[in-house]
Order: sequence, then structure tokens, then C-alpha cells
Amino acid sequence: MKIIVAVKQVPVRDSLIQIDSTGKWLQEQDLSFEINEPDAYALEAALLLKEKHGGEVVVLCAGPDRAGPAIRETLAKGADRAIHIQSDDLVSLDTLGVARLLSAAIAGEKADLILTGLQSDDLGQGQTGVVMAELLGIPHATIVMEIEARDGAIRVKRELEDGWFQWVEMPLPALVTIQSGISKLRYATLMGIKKAKTKEVRRLDAKQLAAPAGAAVSLNRVYLPHKKKETRIIGGTPAEAAAKLADVLKFEVRVL
Amino acid sequence: MKGVLAVLEYRVHDGRPDWNRISWEALAAGRELATHIGEPLLAAVAGGSPAVPAAELAEKKLARVYAVEHELLRSYTADGVTVALEQLVHSIQPSYVVFPHTYQVRDFAPKLAARFEQTLIADVVGMHFDGPRPVFVRQLLQGKLNADYRHSGEGACFFSTQAGAFRPETIAEGSCEVEVFRPQLHASEIRSEPGERFRLAEQTVDLSSAPLIVSVGRGIKEKDNLPIVEELAAAMGAELAASRPICDNGWLPMERQVGSSGQSVSPKVYIAVGISGAIQHLVGMKGSKSVVAINKDENAPIFEVADYGIVGDLFEVVPALTAAVRKARGA
Repeated sequence: MKIIVAVKQVPVRDSLIQIDSTGKWLQEQDLSFEINEPDAYALEAALLLKEKHGGEVVVLCAGPDRAGPAIRETLAKGADRAIHIQSDDLVSLDTLGVARLLSAAIAGEKADLILTGLQSDDLGQGQTGVVMAELLGIPHATIVMEIEARDGAIRVKRELEDGWFQWVEMPLPALVTIQSGISKLRYATLMGIKKAKTKEVRRLDAKQLAAPAGAAVSLNRVYLPHKKKETRIIGGTPAEAAAKLADVLKFEVRVL
Repeated sequence: MKGVLAVLEYRVHDGRPDWNRISWEALAAGRELATHIGEPLLAAVAGGSPAVPAAELAEKKLARVYAVEHELLRSYTADGVTVALEQLVHSIQPSYVVFPHTYQVRDFAPKLAARFEQTLIADVVGMHFDGPRPVFVRQLLQGKLNADYRHSGEGACFFSTQAGAFRPETIAEGSCEVEVFRPQLHASEIRSEPGERFRLAEQTVDLSSAPLIVSVGRGIKEKDNLPIVEELAAAMGAELAASRPICDNGWLPMERQVGSSGQSVSPKVYIAVGISGAIQHLVGMKGSKSVVAINKDENAPIFEVADYGIVGDLFEVVPALTAAVRKARGA
């Protein structure tokens, strides 16, 4: 089974965010980056499927040079090789533009299964996978918790709202977006880190991959949200703040 | 024809349409937009026999309701709904298509938009107008930042609205015509085979009626640290709840999860301990009367919905609060 896993590098959770001088994006030089969490689970799902059915896991990532370490990390965890679409200007593309790049890069791979996270922790549009499936002309399923593969088909457990689930079957090749937290993530072993250095990372230039189409949807400005609710911040040492909060709960909210 | 087309979601439950409540919010967003641009508001529902929900919609102040009807739409599939709505959009040629940002919409709307060489502007929390076209506001980085998006060029603009972002009560009553739209759809176009919906286990913990909830998130770091929030919950006489990652890790059972994939709660007081406040969590607890947030990051989105906040280390604050609560109750 040949599995492609599309991963994205995003700012580390709980990063302190500064807006850049254009007002259109973040000041990246002060940020640390990590693999988008749902994508890390997609990689884990791919590695588990490979352990069970054999085959190959290929990581696909679009991003600037800083994505290099994230790609190495996926190789150290067990991916066999990687494709890095190099671009410093992904922010100017809309989802369709990014999905076109990703799809063009793997057009010749003839993968059985493509996995990716259900959404990115930074932009959070949650649609790159679905649009890739459309561009590649293959069926898809979103927000998936479990995958069973057999004889050219898969059966996946989709999460629905309010604690409901559903199994869906579809033929391969197919694309599946993975929910966070569906299994335990593995760590890279020392041996894995060593091996990763010799694994292939094919670098493709975004400009040569797909003609830059004009984005129909553009991000014009980022800014801190305007607070809708007045929050009373209770200050002091932990003990003082706790005592004041207990007073609030007893005398204002009246629940103690 | 121009117009704003709202595509709404329902399921058949005991022979009656069970609306996804965000549908009404998407319709309200459609109304706001239609009014601003001076175009008619249209609505559509798709299904095996959508006559009843379409008739309910026809009692709203709309220009027209489309009942998209086909036997192959009885069970939801992304392929079926995409093909059907593609034909409807081609036929109506609306300027805008708005959806509720449900799990189902997330599954098909990006695909539908791509068929028109468009990108869905997903999970919109607001709109403002400084010209003929709206500015759509979305949240980035799990709610830490807002971003303004614009649509340009020819062709329809597709967007979806976040749960709770638009007020459904702005939709006036009225009456309008229902047009039955029968798409050309073949079984061979539907590549996936959906099974029955199911729940894993009957819920034994009903958080929805709990008056007091202490809820714990990633900030707790390890399972072994849970007793400090359990003690606070016990001291307050509160139910213990959690954000998704805690339940995913198996530290607390799934039935204690609050959020879009767990339970929705509306207690008198909701104390969020070490919860950053991703939207998936907020939609489950926004109905709380009072929200208290205890978090080390003063920029955490949970403070957006909190009435009271303590910015600090939960490992120091929570034990102190437990002691203070015991004292206040004893006094």
C-alpha cells in the first residue's frame, strides 16, 4: 500500500503572536514551528497501516526552507521519503491554489491512499484535503478516527457531531482527513533519526509545479480580536486571587 | 439571476425534519448580506423527500425555496450532495452561497466550491461592509487572531458560518414559493457507501443539566495531576468535565467531554482550568451563565468568553481555590 501523508508546519501552540509590518501575517522570525497536530496523527495512521499491510509512506509538505526540520522529523518517525514543495509565498494563495500545488506534486505517484489532518492549527480552513481529492478525482472522507484497509477498498469511522459516528466504505485510491488524538503518537528513535539523514527529500519549486492562478479569496489583514465580553481579571498572589474568586462565587454568583 | 443562496441542513428524525440549528444562523447571515447588497435571499434543502423542511422554510421571509429532491440524496454522501448542488448553483447563478459550518458542510462544501474554481471561506464569524463586497472575518490560530478575507473576480462566493456567530432571531416570518429541483444524479457517481449513524455508548453522565462544572484542559499536563481539579470539583459540589485532548488521552472518559464532538452545557458557573478555548470547545460551553478561566496565557481565547479570570499557574491557583472554597462553604 502506497500512502502519501500531506503535512503542514505551523507555529507552536501557545506561541506569543506578533503581527508583521504588512499587517497581513505573523512576524515569523520570532516563532518556533512544529508539525500541525492533526497532520502528526495522519502520519501516525499511515505508519500503522504500513506496519500492518506493508508498502511505502511518502510525506508531502509545501512550505519555505524552515519546513525542512519538520520533514526530517517525519522521516525519523518512519516515513520512507518526502516531497518538499518549496515556496516562500504560500500565504498569497487560497486553499484551491495550495491544493493545486500539492496535487500536481503527487500526480505521478499513483498512491493508494492520501492522508492529511482534518485542519491546520493556523489557518483552520479545514479543506485542503477535500479539495485535493476533488482535483485528483478520487473519493474522500473527513474527520476520520479509524481506517480498515482490505482488497482495494477502505472502511473508515467518521466522527459526526454530538458523539455520533458512522462507518463509510469507499474504493481506493481515496483521500482521508484524520482527527487528532486517535492514537498515541510515536517518538522518533535514535536509529530513526540516524536513518532519516539518508532518506530522500525531493525538492520541487512551487513556481514550476503549477501556473500561479489568481486567488479568488485573499487574506487582507490580521489583527487581535476585539473583546466582546468584559473579563474581570482577578489579580494578586495565587492565594489572594483564589480567596477573591471564592468571594465572587459566594456573594456575586452565589453558588457556594 | 443574482441572489444569496443559503443551503441548510436537516436530518429526518421520527419522520420530522430535525434542523441543524446553525442552519438558522447561516440563513440570518444570508439575510444580512442580501440586505446589504440589495439581492434576493434564497434557501435550499436537499434530501430524499425534502418537501416538509422546504414547507417550513417557505414560512420565512425569503424570495424562494428550492427543494432539491432525489432518491440518492436520502443518505448523505459528499458525491451525491456535490453533484446535486452543483447543478442547482449552475441553474440559479447566485452571487453568494452560504452554509452552516457543520461537520457535513466541512465534508462537501470545499469540493463543491472547487467545482466552480472557488475556495470556500470557512467558519466565518462576522461580516462588515466598506464597499460593494463584504469583508468576511475568520479566526486564525484557534481564535488568537482575527483575519479579514475578501472574495474577488467573477463567479459565486462560497462561505460557511461558525456556530453562534449570527443571531437566528433576525429572520422574519413571511411566505414564499417552493420550487422542486430534481438533479440529474446516477448511482455510479456516488463512490462511497455510508453506514448507519451510531453512538458508542449510552451517556451515563449528563453534564447538560449540571449547575456547576469544573472543566480541565491540556494545561494539566499529566493524568497524575488530575486530583487537584477533582478536589476543586468535590469542594464545590461540581461535575468534572474536560476538553477534547484530555478525553482523547483516556485521562477522563469520553462522556465527560465538552465541545462540538462532546456535550453542550449551560451551568450557572463553568470553571475552565488550563483550557485555551479552541472554538470546538467554546461552542459546547458558551451557554454557561458565568465563566471563570484559570490560565497562564493571558491571550488564551478562553478569556474572550470569561466573566472572571485568573492569569496564573493552575498548579498554584487551583489548590488555593479549593482551600478558599472549602473555607467559604464552611463559613
